[in-house]
Amino acid sequence: MKIKPAFTEQIVKKILFISTAFTVLILLFIIFYILKNGLSVIDLEFLLTSPKELGRAGGIFPCIIGTILLPLIAIIIATPLGVGTAIYLTEYKREGRLTRIIRFGTECLAGVPSIIFGLFGFVLFVIYLGFGWSILSGGLTLAFMILPTIIRTSEEAIRAIPYSYREVSLSLGGTKWQTITRVVLPSALPGIVTGVILGIGRSVGETAAVIFTAGSSLRVPASLFDSCRTMAVHFYILAREGISMENAYGTAAILIIAILFINLVSYWLMHRFMAKFS
Amino acid sequence: MGDKIIVKNLDLFFDTLQALKSINLRIKTKEILSIIGPANSGKTTFLRTLNRLNELIPYAKLKGEVYLDGKDIYKEDISLPWLRRKVGMVFALPVPLPRTIFENIAYGPKLYGITSKAELTELVEKSLRAAFLWDEVKDRLNESALKLSGGQQQRLCIARTLALEPEVILLDEPCSGLDPISTAKIEEALHELKKEYTIVLVTNNTKQAARVADRVAFFLMGELVEYGQVEQIFTVPKDKRTEDYISGRFG
Repeated sequence: MKIKPAFTEQIVKKILFISTAFTVLILLFIIFYILKNGLSVIDLEFLLTSPKELGRAGGIFPCIIGTILLPLIAIIIATPLGVGTAIYLTEYKREGRLTRIIRFGTECLAGVPSIIFGLFGFVLFVIYLGFGWSILSGGLTLAFMILPTIIRTSEEAIRAIPYSYREVSLSLGGTKWQTITRVVLPSALPGIVTGVILGIGRSVGETAAVIFTAGSSLRVPASLFDSCRTMAVHFYILAREGISMENAYGTAAILIIAILFINLVSYWLMHRFMAKFS
Repeated sequence: MGDKIIVKNLDLFFDTLQALKSINLRIKTKEILSIIGPANSGKTTFLRTLNRLNELIPYAKLKGEVYLDGKDIYKEDISLPWLRRKVGMVFALPVPLPRTIFENIAYGPKLYGITSKAELTELVEKSLRAAFLWDEVKDRLNESALKLSGGQQQRLCIARTLALEPEVILLDEPCSGLDPISTAKIEEALHELKKEYTIVLVTNNTKQAARVADRVAFFLMGELVEYGQVEQIFTVPKDKRTEDYISGRFG
């Protein structure tokens, strides 16, 4: 029996709709479930006080500080390095064996489990360089962890800019660097920002690499050389050790809200910037 | 009038393929030299040797000399931004940058350090007027250049090149994608521009060459077959191949 193309079309449309609906529903359910269990414990005190009795009572203020500082350090270090690498690979280095090896390497790095990065950070930063369990060690480790993602997405974004834009800029008397900063990067910005946001998301949610390198101290850190605990780690410890499921959900809810907030703000900033250009 | 550009024994290779074969050509100051010839005859490649844009292709190799006002532009001490400002280029397909109309025109001048708003505004108006586009866009300079029609975009690209205040303008089939009315507007602009600039116009359209050019050069398979006054080329060409081409027997 032959199936008519029109019939196939109908079926495919339905299947695709169902898979989309399924994905969205699962995501919404997870968010709903966490918010439902977590929102009840969240109040100003939860946000602004330190944990008591290992987190059974009190708030999560030090963890919020840790969650801001660690990804911030990671982004500040990884963005210039990653975007710089991407620019070098696309604009300055001719496509060849070397670029292929570098690209293959970054792809492999992107697939390495985060705990391996944690171990690497522990050996290099905590022990060898003597930074100890600290915000600095953790931030540097996270920077290396998200570097491959930023390189790959920036490279894709830069490569997608039409060659003719570069040709125009050069033919108008622009140097290579002027062409990159005035034409290529502004046009590639949405892609680069996407990579950076992915990086923020990964480092905000990271636990394994952070426990190894930044420790899990519950004190409010006074300097970059102090140990600290991020919200993700706090959540992990609260749930793992059965200290307080209630406060664990509260932490998780704030984590989700924070990631949502970071995404919204970044895209808003980017659209404001892009509006100036086109 | 004197020679603006002198090309001597110019060979150009892409790897082993020879794209230009010992070209010798003089381009006079403030004339329109039109380069005609079938596809793959090296017209565009030749044009791009005049502002060293071929260097973007890593496997292009050049031999011979090109003089601009008596200076060899392939000498090491020549600054590329300087050269490309003097020898402006308009591409076959209009490529407006994803910016406003104003920013497109001001792009070149800003590159070499003009920052005064008043100066830029004046330059933008002057360039757009010279490209016969001012009246159509004067009220929407802050709109995206991507919104312009194809013909307007090409005139924008001409204006953008004019804003560099160049001495030579290279045009690579600027009307290839345009309708007859847009083409007429660009030809009108070229006629005016000739008073101040030396123009090299590559075109696939022999009639266009006959309409606007002072002199015509005929390229075939990387060779410059002949060049001379437009009347002479179109009435009594010296070479049989030129005659065949312009009478439409091939190409």
